[in-house]
Amino acid sequence: MKVKFALAGLCGLFAATPALADISVCITVSATGPAASLGVPENNTIPMLPKEVAGEAINYTSFDDATDPTAAVKNVRKCIEEQKADLLIGSSTTPTTIAVAGVAAETKTPVLTLAPVGLPEESEVWAFRTPQPVSQMAGALVEHMTANGVKTLGFIGYADGYGELWLNVMNKALEGTGITMEPIERFARNDTSVTGQVLKLVAARPDAVLVVASGTPAALPNLALAERGYEGQIYHTHGSASLDFIRVAGASAEGSILPVGPVVVAAQLPDSHPSKALGVEYTKAYEAAHGEGSLSSFGGHMFDAGQIILATVPVALERSAPGSEEFRAALRDALENMNEVAGVHGVFNTSPDDHYGHDERSRVLVRVENGAWKYME
Amino acid sequence: MDVTIALFLIQDGIINGAIYALLAVALVLVFAVTRVILIPQGEFVTFAGLSLAAMETGSVPGAVWLLLVLAAAAAAMDAGAALRERSPAKAVRLAAWNLVPAIAIAAAVLAMVPLQLGLGVNIVLCAALIVPMGPYLYRVAFQPLADASVLVLLIASVGAHLALTALGLVLFGAEGYRTSPVVSGSFQIGPLFVTGQSLLVVGATLALLAGLALFFGRTLIGKALMASAINRRGARLVGIPTMLSGRIAFAMAAAIGVVSAVLVAPLTTLYYDSGFIIGLKGFVAAIIGGLGAYPAAVAAALAVGLLEAFSSFWASAFKEVIVFASILPVLLWRSLTSTHGDEED
Repeated sequence: MKVKFALAGLCGLFAATPALADISVCITVSATGPAASLGVPENNTIPMLPKEVAGEAINYTSFDDATDPTAAVKNVRKCIEEQKADLLIGSSTTPTTIAVAGVAAETKTPVLTLAPVGLPEESEVWAFRTPQPVSQMAGALVEHMTANGVKTLGFIGYADGYGELWLNVMNKALEGTGITMEPIERFARNDTSVTGQVLKLVAARPDAVLVVASGTPAALPNLALAERGYEGQIYHTHGSASLDFIRVAGASAEGSILPVGPVVVAAQLPDSHPSKALGVEYTKAYEAAHGEGSLSSFGGHMFDAGQIILATVPVALERSAPGSEEFRAALRDALENMNEVAGVHGVFNTSPDDHYGHDERSRVLVRVENGAWKYME
Repeated sequence: MDVTIALFLIQDGIINGAIYALLAVALVLVFAVTRVILIPQGEFVTFAGLSLAAMETGSVPGAVWLLLVLAAAAAAMDAGAALRERSPAKAVRLAAWNLVPAIAIAAAVLAMVPLQLGLGVNIVLCAALIVPMGPYLYRVAFQPLADASVLVLLIASVGAHLALTALGLVLFGAEGYRTSPVVSGSFQIGPLFVTGQSLLVVGATLALLAGLALFFGRTLIGKALMASAINRRGARLVGIPTMLSGRIAFAMAAAIGVVSAVLVAPLTTLYYDSGFIIGLKGFVAAIIGGLGAYPAAVAAALAVGLLEAFSSFWASAFKEVIVFASILPVLLWRSLTSTHGDEED
């Protein structure tokens, strides 16, 4: 790890010394540690970021924070002191991102986060998010439920922060829709059985069940529900949007509906969708480098950071030259006033009140059909 | 709750309890013979389960390399000890005795797995792969400490567990796997939906427990193990080597781990780190049973399974809390009733 950091620092020094006017973008992702499944595709996407904009070269320096907030802070300090970063990107998870945003605000450096985090007010000023907020994803599910006459919804989710977050967001999203959420059951990532929870769900006969989990463990409730002959609709969150989920759940995954970023089904999107062209291009480039079916929606957030750079840096360059505090402030202002900036995860329209900038074009619903994601009109 | 739900929960509890019973028996066995609280027992289960899943897809499981590394380490340690006694011939013999079987097994796995010869062959290969890890692990991590206190052995055991879990992530990856059931098919008894695999779990557990009882009661090795468990010094005086009994106990624990894996892998998704939580529940059962008596450990394991099933129905958010907290009143009761007359330490 030390060698890697040292090398990265050295490369950064070589790159930064000759042309001070270059734009310096510094990245920290969780390429190892518990969030490696997020950080690895993000890391893999760094070579696909734009190399220059408006005639100015962009230098990228990247560090691995090993999913550790302390390491993330160290990385960002290095970014600011050694790389004179004009813009920060990172990190992959909620705790690391909160740490990064704190330093960014303190040093008045704009940051594009790859995790949808809630931030304290002083950090919020300098932080902009590339992923969709959870409420947007939940909104898509609730729309589908109302349209299909769901009146009662069972909930089975992780007994951790992710489950809690979704429970709160769903409670808010269901207000005034007439849908009641009951029973509310919990399970853990490495549980061997969810029979008890599923029996309780099935006995309550809800019209639909929402499974809040991520990756392969998300398959467990599906398998148990199928075993008990549950025939209602099963909804999942975008945490389940991995092919490993379909592999383990097998036939029991068929028909499950989940909200995802448009990039997951880029090829199936209608041509009018703003993410179609970029999404197909990104998917091709990524899968050419890392193998068929290797695309993950998380790398798309890094790609979108590149699209945001292309759109906002020229605006900031009109006001100031890179490497100065004025440039960073100008870039922050540009990030706050993005207008119809298309990425692979929808379109960004930011404002002082909205540092996500996503709207309903940022999520699509997909259904599992024949072991693959099928875009739902 | 109606009768149907209660029946389903009891069924789920018995199946899980049977698996915990196997783990608890392995823990009691290893503790009795070597005084090691074998936390890595869960790793034997996950490594066997994940190896089976890999073999099912025709890919060579990463456990092959782990077996070779463990064998090499055991060979180096045995040979080193022999060289200190200035007997090079013995060193070569011991090194070969450690290395040859491991290399033969690895070669067999590498040659036969890509042919996808079916579940039966895979189970045999998996057992050949995982069972020797037991004695090798004993040689590498525990034999040098054989006379240390229970606490030191526990610390070594935690270390071995952490090392094996980390290796599991490297060898098998972060995603979970299931295997196809040994017995497919299912049938209906009243409202109850029973799968063949779940019957196999209960049947195989009962058979294994009966087999263990016979082994300890009727065979020379079994009696020797019992003797070492009851009185280590006395056993040594009548010519039962401690090292050998340690290796046999670990081999049996690993074998029980393989059986548990074959039974549980089709019923649940196994991850590289699943072993700890399964093993811990087996450990709770072993403790409730007094860490010395097999029938008590099995009964406690069934109780843990049932408690888990019913608490997942009534209060799923607190399931683990309830299961692990159940150990507290038992410990309290034992500490009040026991006479603190431990024979060692």
